Amino acid sequence: MKFVDEYRDQELARTVAAAIAAEADPDRNYHFMEFCGGHTHAIFRYGVQDLMPENVHFVHGPGCPVCVLPVSRLDDAVELAERHGVILCTYGDMMRVPGTKQRSLIRAKADGADVRMVYSTLDALKIARENPGRQVVFFAIGFETTTPPTAVALKAAEAEGLRNFSVFCNHVLTPSAISHILESPEVRDLGIVKIDGFLGPSHVSSVIGSQPYEFFAEEFQKPVVIAGFEPLDVMQSVLMLIRQVNDGRHEVENEYTRVVTEEGNVKAQALVSDVFELRKSFAWRGLGTVPYSALRIRDAYADFDAEKRFELSVKASREAKSCECPSILRGVKKPTDCKLFGTTCTPQSPIGSCMVSSEGACAAYWTYGRFRDQQPAKLEAAE
Amino acid sequence: MTAADPKLAADLSRVRGSVDMTHGAGGRAMAELIRDVFHKHLANDYLAQGNDGALLGSVSGRLVMAADSHVISPLFFPGGDIGALSVHGTVNDVAMMGARPLWLSASFIMEEGFPLAELEKIVVSMALAARQAGVPVVTGDTKVVEKGKGDGVFISTTGVGVLSEATDISGSNARPGDAIIVSGTMGDHGIAILSKREHLDFETEILSDTQPLNDLVAAMLAAVPGIRVLRDPTRGGLSATLNEIAHQSKVGMVIGETAVPVKPEVAAACELLGLDPLNVANEGKLIAICGADDAAILLAAMRSHPKGLDAAIIGEVVADKHALVTMRTRLGGMRVVDWIAGEQLPRIC
Repeated sequence: MKFVDEYRDQELARTVAAAIAAEADPDRNYHFMEFCGGHTHAIFRYGVQDLMPENVHFVHGPGCPVCVLPVSRLDDAVELAERHGVILCTYGDMMRVPGTKQRSLIRAKADGADVRMVYSTLDALKIARENPGRQVVFFAIGFETTTPPTAVALKAAEAEGLRNFSVFCNHVLTPSAISHILESPEVRDLGIVKIDGFLGPSHVSSVIGSQPYEFFAEEFQKPVVIAGFEPLDVMQSVLMLIRQVNDGRHEVENEYTRVVTEEGNVKAQALVSDVFELRKSFAWRGLGTVPYSALRIRDAYADFDAEKRFELSVKASREAKSCECPSILRGVKKPTDCKLFGTTCTPQSPIGSCMVSSEGACAAYWTYGRFRDQQPAKLEAAE
Repeated sequence: MTAADPKLAADLSRVRGSVDMTHGAGGRAMAELIRDVFHKHLANDYLAQGNDGALLGSVSGRLVMAADSHVISPLFFPGGDIGALSVHGTVNDVAMMGARPLWLSASFIMEEGFPLAELEKIVVSMALAARQAGVPVVTGDTKVVEKGKGDGVFISTTGVGVLSEATDISGSNARPGDAIIVSGTMGDHGIAILSKREHLDFETEILSDTQPLNDLVAAMLAAVPGIRVLRDPTRGGLSATLNEIAHQSKVGMVIGETAVPVKPEVAAACELLGLDPLNVANEGKLIAICGADDAAILLAAMRSHPKGLDAAIIGEVVADKHALVTMRTRLGGMRVVDWIAGEQLPRIC
């Protein structure tokens, strides 16, 4: 496959691995946080860790849109489907995320709620057109990557005068979350989470560009390399990060030049800014309330805002007891540090969001990497 | 599916007509439907007996029975339909025991309002599939459910086959050192279904691989009578099937990513959708496990059969009390090949 196989080539991987091994200083450890779940997924799916020297460590970050959605917002979505009787359209992974008391959208569907999995916002619009007598709500989640398609849907709904369509907006922003992690006591003061640099988001950066990361690379003196999702992208980016660390530099570099530019997709940015505005604060699972970290629908499109169209009750949402997702999302703990991991919490019966989403650290670790636990010598060596 | 009265009126008006509750009520309409649609196309001596069951006669050897229900959406997909699939699925389940499939039963649950013309297309396809597999449908049943209580048509088939005394095939027979072989490319069926269901227009149409495998299995057993395991990787794909066998046999497996045959167009579709081809369903492929010494002979026998041209050795069975299936990735690392949790869902971004 053109433009895919080249980035999974074993010979090239060996070459990059040799360069990493040659340039990584054996007297120090390198801890790089991959913000995106896509990177976590790639690292485990292709066994990238096996090609790294023992002193290069990946710290799994919060960059999975499914994982960071707080329980309360999921409870709201379930309520929209159950109490308000809407057709709730959602991307696949959200179906299985457990809310309060393990209630998920897939459970609600089994109990009779009309929850439908869609591949795009256009599918949700189509469902609205085909069901004029029903209210259709698109459960919008995701980082900057999925925001423009939601904006397109809102504009299309307005242009068509589609009165039975609305969006439950949960779009969140990457740079604010990274800043928040770097500001956290675990990173800044306590040193519990060691982060020497970031593998920066790739798809997100294709929209917002590499520029938004320059502030915190400077402010927090951490190098950032915007990295593609293919395994060779990840490896090359690790090499670039190691070089920055060794040189004492802290710059934003772009490995993913085939897609990402400094300024990003200006047209998409304008579209998003036309439809959405910043929320003053938004609660993230694992990170707590993060200021200016999410988007809401502008008043001009208020008619299509599900939060305004439907009255949602204020509920006491509850995370599952003993679930370490919040700490795992901050990089404070590893999946194997959670006592539920692989016992009561597996992809088959997930307790926490990190085990539900295929981009979640726990799911990636369990699905692709758990053999590492069963070879203690190798695991210790990898640490 | 008892025989219908030949004197009944024959006009089912299939061009415009649709299934209604009378077609399941046991009266004239049902008899006409059975005669003019089911018996007409599936005709054989057993159905012609016209009784509530089929008298099959005696066979020599051990009997194998397998059942399968088909609830696929869409009913018609590139490369097949529910009719052919309902034959292939059960024929293959019997064949995966190493048995020679002999007879099938077919039960139809039809939803009120389902077009009779489409029903006939399904039955015609089923009849063709049965003829090609050499396994007649000897008895059956029809029921009608109210509109909204079905999904067009559900078909449940049962197959009976005969197994020689010498054959010992089971998911619990895999031993460390054995070779793991697949008969062809993985994921064709699942991607064909998905492309149709989700209206994804790929540049190249991907066809389902649905086909009967009893002839391939017969050729394989003739070459290597000591095949230890046979299984068709249907729902859950290759990953689920290997995990099932690993757990049954209490062994581990190591496969190579580059050794697993996947059509470029299927791989491309999987990339686009964020799916893993190892998790995607197949309907006309099989996995065989045999002793290492027999692997080359079995592979040659498979490749000399039209349904095994792309057969490949993809890995080996290893000792592992955790029964893990692992894979050396294209990149050179290792990872677990897990069975999927629930339905495989595309990633968000």
